[in-house]
Amino acid sequence: MSEKALIETRDLKQHFPLRKGLFGGKSQVVKAVDGISIEIPRRSVLGLVGESGSGKSTFGQAVMGLTKPTAGSMTFDGIDMATASSAELRGLKRRMQMVFQDPFSSLNPRMSVAETLGVPLRFHEPQLNGAQRKDRAAEMLERVGLPGQYVDRFPHEFSGGQRQRIGIARALMVHPDFIMADEVVSALDVSVQAQVLNLFGRLQRDLELTMLFITHDLAVVGHVSDFVAVMYLGRVVEIAPTRELFSSPKHPYTEALLSAAPTPQTKNRRQRIVLKGDIPSPLNPPSGCPFRTRCPYALEECAHSTPELREFASGHKAACIRDDLSLASATQQQKEPA
Amino acid sequence: MTKVLTVEDLTISFGTGDSELTVVHKVNFTLEAGKTLALVGESGSGKSVTSLGIMRLLSPSQSRVQGKIVLHSDEDIDLLSLSESRMRRLRGDRIAMIFQEPLTSLNPVYTIGDQIIEAIRSHRRMSKRNARQRAIELIDQVGIPDAEHRLGTYPHELSGGMRQRIMIAIALALEPDILIADEPTTALDVTVQAQILELLNRLQEETGMAMLFITHDFGVVADIADRTIVMYAGEMVEEGSTETVLERPLMPYTSGLMRAVPKLETAGLKEGDLESIEGFVPHPDNRPTGCSFHPRCTHALAGTCDVPPVPIEDAGDGHLVRCKRWKTLQEAAE
Amino acid sequence: MAAATEQIQTNSKLRFFESRTLRRFVRHRLAITGLVMIVGIGILCVVGPWLLPHDMLDINIRDRFSPPLTDTFIMGTDEMGRDLAARLFMAGRVSLMVGIAAMILSTLIGTVIGLVAGYFGKVTGTVLMRLTDSFLCFPQIFLLLTLAAFLEPNAFMITLIIAVTSWMEVARIVSAEIRSLRERDFITAARISGASHRWIMFRELLPNTIGPIIVAATLTIAKAILLEAYVSFLGYGIQPPMPSWGNMLNNAQQFLDTAPWLAIIPGIAITAAVTSFNFIGDGLRDALDARSDAQ
Repeated sequence: MSEKALIETRDLKQHFPLRKGLFGGKSQVVKAVDGISIEIPRRSVLGLVGESGSGKSTFGQAVMGLTKPTAGSMTFDGIDMATASSAELRGLKRRMQMVFQDPFSSLNPRMSVAETLGVPLRFHEPQLNGAQRKDRAAEMLERVGLPGQYVDRFPHEFSGGQRQRIGIARALMVHPDFIMADEVVSALDVSVQAQVLNLFGRLQRDLELTMLFITHDLAVVGHVSDFVAVMYLGRVVEIAPTRELFSSPKHPYTEALLSAAPTPQTKNRRQRIVLKGDIPSPLNPPSGCPFRTRCPYALEECAHSTPELREFASGHKAACIRDDLSLASATQQQKEPA
Repeated sequence: MTKVLTVEDLTISFGTGDSELTVVHKVNFTLEAGKTLALVGESGSGKSVTSLGIMRLLSPSQSRVQGKIVLHSDEDIDLLSLSESRMRRLRGDRIAMIFQEPLTSLNPVYTIGDQIIEAIRSHRRMSKRNARQRAIELIDQVGIPDAEHRLGTYPHELSGGMRQRIMIAIALALEPDILIADEPTTALDVTVQAQILELLNRLQEETGMAMLFITHDFGVVADIADRTIVMYAGEMVEEGSTETVLERPLMPYTSGLMRAVPKLETAGLKEGDLESIEGFVPHPDNRPTGCSFHPRCTHALAGTCDVPPVPIEDAGDGHLVRCKRWKTLQEAAE
Repeated sequence: MAAATEQIQTNSKLRFFESRTLRRFVRHRLAITGLVMIVGIGILCVVGPWLLPHDMLDINIRDRFSPPLTDTFIMGTDEMGRDLAARLFMAGRVSLMVGIAAMILSTLIGTVIGLVAGYFGKVTGTVLMRLTDSFLCFPQIFLLLTLAAFLEPNAFMITLIIAVTSWMEVARIVSAEIRSLRERDFITAARISGASHRWIMFRELLPNTIGPIIVAATLTIAKAILLEAYVSFLGYGIQPPMPSWGNMLNNAQQFLDTAPWLAIIPGIAITAAVTSFNFIGDGLRDALDARSDAQ
């Protein structure tokens, strides 16, 4: 990590006011993202994992500049997005692209593949004419594993997996440096999911892309990421190199997630930690550590103050006040029942 | 071992005449009291349609259900030959069902309590008061604290996990013999999914009901099922005890699917590509001849796998596999 | 059957989207009846006057108030002995033209306002939609009569006035449609691609709202024909000697007991045209709504 990180957020916050009642009244604030500082080194993949309501997608949107953060900063290649000039911003936006979750709603049903893939070119490389745009589209289509002659087809002629490839092609049209992938395989069937994950891996290596890979699926995140950040109620509770996180989690929530992830084995099943209750509402988060209401290891002190991320090992940080826990890893096996 | 439901040669098609599409093709299985059978498959495998067919929830004007579905209660009843009104009495009473999205299955304008009480009183002569008492018991049984207070809440006030618990409570209200669960945890977060699976396992132990569990996730299968059927393109391609199917699969599709899922154990190792199954599930109007999986199968042999019929064969101990080459492949593996 | 089959949905349900829409429309009996009637009325109005032996302005004092089917006067004559059939067809040209032109204009206004309001939301959108609502507050017919009383009542003016007072429905439909489309991922994707507002509005959003716009437009023709008839009937619309179905009715009032056909025949023409357009509109709405043949 000697090179400067490509993406850096500092205490990024995204709060949404909720107006209560017809005539205003007391307004509440949803702290969807509540102070996130992360770095994504060049050419590496940061996996962001969390359950619904964790704020992971909101964070992704803030990184992409789709929403204006309430507080904190987001820097891309050393340039602060909030203070960048509009010309600078335009250049930056070309370098940041996104792939979506839903392969059905992410493509305009009324546009052919060539038109869809041509949109980024129209606005970032206006010197190209229609035929050139179409050639580029066909080229990119082959790159993502679809026949180039499919450029004239419409989205409804493709399966979900193929559409997802088209979505990836669109993101790559203007040669970005950074891709934000938001739950890109969760809508796909298992066999197709593997195809798309392999494509992502290959493109990331070949094109030296930096990626933020958002998902709820731990196994997927473990497969694609160099680093993993675990989010809970708008905060990062643990961040570490992937192998490190899976083999020696330091936050009880990470342990619980690892243990709840279903694995297709009938023998030597891992110890299952079933958490109590649901994720608390972000409207009314618990005092102190946001996870304490469901944490099997919570102490009285956990209610007092919100724990900050602290370093447990090199590059491995967790927001837990307890040092004395020895948490189960992804591979730890269950003791034979007595 | 008490059999509670036998499905024989269940075949389901949609549309009529030339445009008739067979979506489920000769499916056979039995459900036993206290046991869970999982139907596993990707989208297009026909697993959900099978469950809707059993419940007779497919529109008779647009679909055709053939075969036999026999419910073994005091007497044997063939569900397909029942009148609609008798079927309606059985539904929810002897056979109950829960779905993937509990929000759409609950009526938003009635309270949770009203809906459970209504479910009970539509099938049982019971006073409002007793039904209410039963509703409280049920809510308690599905692990929701403060049951009495919960009766007055509306569906939208509950989280996804809570709503699924309520659906389970409604399904269990009449102590059915059979619970059909169609992807009940797919829309839930993993930590909540673990809770629901644990709950279903506990309830099954308590009530002795048989469960038909439909899912696409082998991980969930490992947690819940005693026996497993793998479906592909409307056909059963493998059946056996869950342990056999997951640990020693014979059908290349089953093993391929399991290898295609990233493993927690190898997380962060950057081992390169996952083994994927190329192509996609065939459309029912374009089913390959012979083994429906052969165009995607790396072990397919021209002249063998593309020639019908491909019968389902017994590989011993009730382990069924629909693959002409399973013996060869098994020997090669050993 | 949510998870039933991805392929079924993509391949067979959507591949035939356009032709399925057409098939659903063709199967809609009332809509087809409406279409046949409108095409019939249209052809009669265009070709009719040439086929008839009388010009609509020919005055035949001797044949005043001939009932229908007298000699060559198939629909009879009026108080000046002018051929009613010729007048009816010529009036039909005017009424249909006013209806269609008003529809085009009001759909255009409504679409642009709805598009801008739906896309920009916030202040612009709120202001535009409140404006739309305030237009809807006035009873349209009074608004129309007030405007007609102050302006020179010719076909062009009437068209303009009808359009200006009937764009609100289209605007509301379009803005609602745009507001829901705006949240779809493909719009976010276009924004990330660097697309301009104009591109997103006209190339990404608008083509996806064509269906509801067409339905609303068809129903607007019916409404416009009716409005023109009202205004002309009350004497503020198309002025004689140019005939329109509305002013023919106005003229017929005084002879209601002696020559009832003078009122009945244009009345039937208006009813037929208006119901036909309404049937077509309903048929289009059902045909474009893919849910209508879902199980």
